[in-house]
Amino acid sequence: MTTAEARADGAAAPPGAREPTARRRRTPGRAPSDPKPIVGWLFIAPNLLGVLAFTFIPLVSVILLSFTEWNLVSGFGGIEFVALDNFIAVFQDPTFWRSLVITILYAGVAVPLTLVVGLALALALNRDIPARGLLRAAFFVPYIVNIVAIGMTWQMLLDPSAGLMNQFLGIFGLEHLPQWFASSHWALPALILVTIWAQAGYANLIYLSALQDAPTQLYEAARIDGAGRWASFRAITWPSLLPTTVFLLVTLFVGISQTFGMIALITNGGPGDSTTTLSFYMYQTSFQFYRFGYASAVGLVTFIGIFALMLLMWRAQRGKALHD
Amino acid sequence: MTETSTAASGTATRPSSSGGGTGPAARQAQRRRRDRIRRWSWGIPMWILALVFLLPFAWMISTSLKPDLEAFAIPMQWIPDEPRWENYTEVLFGENSILLAFWNSVFVAVLRVAGELTTATLAGYAFAKLRFPGRGKVFIAYLATSLIPAQLLLVPRFVYFQELGLYDTLWALILPGMFTVLGTFLMRQYFVSQPDEFAEAARLDGASEFQIFFRVYLPNATSMISALAILTFVWSWNDYETPLVFLSSPETFTLPMGLTSFTDENGAMAAGLSMAAAVISIIPILLVFLIFQRRFVRAMTESALK
Repeated sequence: MTTAEARADGAAAPPGAREPTARRRRTPGRAPSDPKPIVGWLFIAPNLLGVLAFTFIPLVSVILLSFTEWNLVSGFGGIEFVALDNFIAVFQDPTFWRSLVITILYAGVAVPLTLVVGLALALALNRDIPARGLLRAAFFVPYIVNIVAIGMTWQMLLDPSAGLMNQFLGIFGLEHLPQWFASSHWALPALILVTIWAQAGYANLIYLSALQDAPTQLYEAARIDGAGRWASFRAITWPSLLPTTVFLLVTLFVGISQTFGMIALITNGGPGDSTTTLSFYMYQTSFQFYRFGYASAVGLVTFIGIFALMLLMWRAQRGKALHD
Repeated sequence: MTETSTAASGTATRPSSSGGGTGPAARQAQRRRRDRIRRWSWGIPMWILALVFLLPFAWMISTSLKPDLEAFAIPMQWIPDEPRWENYTEVLFGENSILLAFWNSVFVAVLRVAGELTTATLAGYAFAKLRFPGRGKVFIAYLATSLIPAQLLLVPRFVYFQELGLYDTLWALILPGMFTVLGTFLMRQYFVSQPDEFAEAARLDGASEFQIFFRVYLPNATSMISALAILTFVWSWNDYETPLVFLSSPETFTLPMGLTSFTDENGAMAAGLSMAAAVISIIPILLVFLIFQRRFVRAMTESALK
């Protein structure tokens, strides 16, 4: 969107400045003053070589590794080609399926709630409020703080016996206080709680900037027609935010399904395997069990799954947009 | 629902149902008062909500000034009787000083930002403004690679870094961070939006391609470059997964790793020291955020919308 606008600007910028000769020079084929092809390659070379070395070669390697059985201890000589065995094993691995379910539960609850909280905050902060800028910044702070500082703090805040949260809940005389990260039932909800808290500021920020583009003259018209707040939200605000919502849905889903730091720091996948998400399972198989071949297969299956889901979401949104 | 835009015109067109005042001046004063009440009646609850939202940070600061055992006192005491500033001196200069980790984090972040800015502006400019054979194909390859999560690449990188002797050195964090596809995209998007005419004019004047890039286009790109710099700095500063995999000895730890090293004699987390270290780790990022807030927000939203 921004590109298209800017391009239109660029084309319209110097209206009288374009001479007929300049027009002719733009015809396809290399004009005399065009740079030599080698120059372009020289410009991209530093980045391209780095991307080849640190992204492309590892990517090819991970695909090759997924067809092998290999742990680090056996050295390079120990790499053994096993064809599709790893992939077959992945689909027969109960821990894989369990982590898939946990990932879906985790992201499936955390992503929509983060969106709702972010949107509610954005609507509330898009009003005329004293010191609005500072207020907006306040909600964004958790998002920019490193996950270790956040994780350690919440681990103590959610301490079952002495944490601030349960001290607070205790005021209401609750009998069975949630045991949070100490219980296999409560660890995932605790993780979801902290995730929403940390991510809502990001959703809020993106929604706020989208609200600035909302069609203000429509609100006026809607009000004259006697539409209430809820009606004009549903008829005007929500549809105009749809692309932003889909964008956030995709990015939050990708980000949250890859949550790793907090799990590694606080729960190490437990208690039991109650917080072993796919990304943590991948880490475990690679760097706690050193099953590199199998871990590569887990990683590829996970990535392809998430990628397919992203595609589906985009297509669903495009279909809806066309339908409207 | 969006009140800002409609508030002003809303009050202007609304029939004066409230009545009361006689002259236009009195009515206006009344309207102004009503607006002020409305501002604060939204503002105060939102401020309270924000304070609740930030409560974990207040707890963090409070605990950082307490002896370890007092962290879990019931009821919680927000302002300790005797603030224990020694926690900070201990964390900074004590046995497990995080100063080295702090320095490592700075070193990694600075080199990553410098490398990223150099390679991403050059490549982004070339993809946007220079025509050369194969450009389209390379760009498609970049597009495809951009979707790959770093998590998937940890195993092969781990193996290669061990072979190359980069494992357990800061270069294992710096090098992959210097050449990114995402940074190249952001810069390309920016340069695409710039007119071609500058380059054409400069070429006629006999400027070299590098001069055109460096003297004509780069100076105009400062806002996008600073946005990319801020984003890279934040990612680098907060990264926990990469150091956890690629670093093993405490001398190479970056801050997020260093934070976890404060334990009591039973191996449990030492609350006061850990929180003091956490506060120190947040300060640089908070400063960057507060100083560059507007650019920061633009960086976040622009990288989002592209």
